[in-house]
Amino acid sequence: MMRLESKDEMVTIFVMGKKHSVPGSLTIMKAMEYTGHQFRRGAGCRGGFCGACATLYRKKGGYKLEGALACQKIVEDGMYIAQIPFSPTDKKTYKLEGLKPDAPTIMEYYPEISRCLACNTCTKACPQDIAVMDYVQASLRGDIEQAAKLSFDCLSCGLCAVRCPAEIVPYNVGMLARRLYSKYMVGPTQHVLNRVKEIEEGKYDSEVKELMTMPLDKLKVKYNTRDKVAE
Amino acid sequence: MILRTGPENKRYRDRVKELSGENVDLCFQCGACSSGCPMTQEMDYLPSKVIRMVQLGLEEAQEAKTIWVCTTCFNCEVRCPRGIDIANVMEALRQMVLRKKYNRVSLDDLSPEELRELPQVAIVSNQRKLTA
Amino acid sequence: MTRIAYYPGCTLKTNARNFEASTLATAEALGIELVEPGRWNCCGTVHALAKDDVMHHLAPVRNLIRVEELSNKGAIDGKQVVTLCAMCYNTLKRSNQVFNQDSDKRKKIRDIMTKEDIQYSGNVEVIHYLEALRSLGWDKVTARVVKPLKGLKVAPYYGCLLLRPRGIGVDDADHPTIMEDLLKALGAETVEFAYSQKCCGSYHTVQMKEAVADLSHRILKQAEVAGADVVAMACPLCEYNLGPRQEQVKKQYPSFNSIPVVYFTQLMALAFGLDDEATAFEANRPDPSPLLKEKGLLE
Repeated sequence: MMRLESKDEMVTIFVMGKKHSVPGSLTIMKAMEYTGHQFRRGAGCRGGFCGACATLYRKKGGYKLEGALACQKIVEDGMYIAQIPFSPTDKKTYKLEGLKPDAPTIMEYYPEISRCLACNTCTKACPQDIAVMDYVQASLRGDIEQAAKLSFDCLSCGLCAVRCPAEIVPYNVGMLARRLYSKYMVGPTQHVLNRVKEIEEGKYDSEVKELMTMPLDKLKVKYNTRDKVAE
Repeated sequence: MILRTGPENKRYRDRVKELSGENVDLCFQCGACSSGCPMTQEMDYLPSKVIRMVQLGLEEAQEAKTIWVCTTCFNCEVRCPRGIDIANVMEALRQMVLRKKYNRVSLDDLSPEELRELPQVAIVSNQRKLTA
Repeated sequence: MTRIAYYPGCTLKTNARNFEASTLATAEALGIELVEPGRWNCCGTVHALAKDDVMHHLAPVRNLIRVEELSNKGAIDGKQVVTLCAMCYNTLKRSNQVFNQDSDKRKKIRDIMTKEDIQYSGNVEVIHYLEALRSLGWDKVTARVVKPLKGLKVAPYYGCLLLRPRGIGVDDADHPTIMEDLLKALGAETVEFAYSQKCCGSYHTVQMKEAVADLSHRILKQAEVAGADVVAMACPLCEYNLGPRQEQVKKQYPSFNSIPVVYFTQLMALAFGLDDEATAFEANRPDPSPLLKEKGLLE
């Protein structure tokens, strides 16, 4: 049951063509649920991190097509909304072992990046303000580090892939670049290696065993009174 | 063979002229373009013959293998005594086919080794010229 | 040092690293600093010839904006951009022309590029490295030579897009001399051969490699008959078709004698006495080192 602020102004939105009046402070996702729609697909973390709720919209009276995450974007008057619950992509299968972080590797798996027109439509569609065209172009010339760094905030929401006129799926390329960068150019982080060694040496064995056999009520107490890391 | 041309031929010729920006009517079939073309061995019609077909407004011009084999080297443009850029006409004919969602080549035909070895400039230009 | 913007193009960062390494080193030796923009994109390789095409001009114009940005923040002297790849040269130059001459397309291009910080003014000049050298003066090039390429017979191969269409090229399309002038300035002997401006087959190397091998064979055989020791190149696609593709040529014409193919800037680096990192011959296929050693030009 949603509480309405008495000073909350109502705005008009169109969901799948049908007109609705919703409180102006809601996100697109909450507004759609306010109108009675139930999300079976296209909703995930609701926190702007999973990329499930990719949405396209136009504003009444304008031609501009915008992309957004439904769980993050606040509704605006005259928004004409459509969800993109799934974008068809073909993620190539590769074994990271034995790959080199260079242009030939990217070209072997995603040669369609050679079709990039540098039109920047992908960048315009991105709800995370990523320079998508730039990381695709960096991949094309083998600058894996640049491609990895620029695509860091990518959520694989699919809006760039759906709009690309050259039929590229930028986020797949970015993912390969990040994987190659992390594995081969940055290398494994020391604290992870240290922790793995500790685990293998059995440092945490008794603690884990204790937790696994603890009765539920004691477990609840332990969880609620745990040390919380400061924000 | 009797060639009957109608208004649709004129429309076709005009469309090619518009898309290429070239006045093909100026061609008097001297053949200088064909003699300088590096790819005539692979062609079914000589470039000058394709221009003649366009002059007559025959849509068969875009069914020739010629237009796909052209390398856009502009040797023809430099040689033409009437200043026609034959390469532009070839591009217009290609575009008229490609814009109907036709792809002459496909990236799927290339092996991983080829994709790794070919310089970007080759793959990019190949895709630009021969795919939709 | 004069600072000029430098647009590499994708291939200069991958298959043609030797072209780039030798160019940057020789430019520095001549007092030219080539400044690469921090951000650039593939130029598209081929100029959009269809008269209604706007989309394919975006990529080249975007790169010209990058050059203009460099100029605006004082990182370069003037508003020129040097390219090495003949295809990039042709594409950037022609799109620049279209932008300047067609007001309708200019408006559309500007309207689409809403994420750019500036609107392109149309004032960047696109030149090829050969033109930059010619402007500098051949005597200045000769002044920098420490090891004249004496006894080396070089066949200059122009290819297509450096010279054509008429009016776009770096030199006269029928009788170009710019590469000969450079090579003579380096002390080499130039060799005239019939196919120096004949197309190498270009992008057909991807799916019609037999036809390209045929063309390569014809071109290289003419160079051999004219007495050339090496062929000098100015474009990475031509270099690929006349160099590494010789493997395919050998398959089709077993009696073919391989002939080394090098970038003109590598010959410059050799003549200037620069180190192995600059001459970068190890990336060339076939390997030019045996021939150059034989001529006493390489240790």
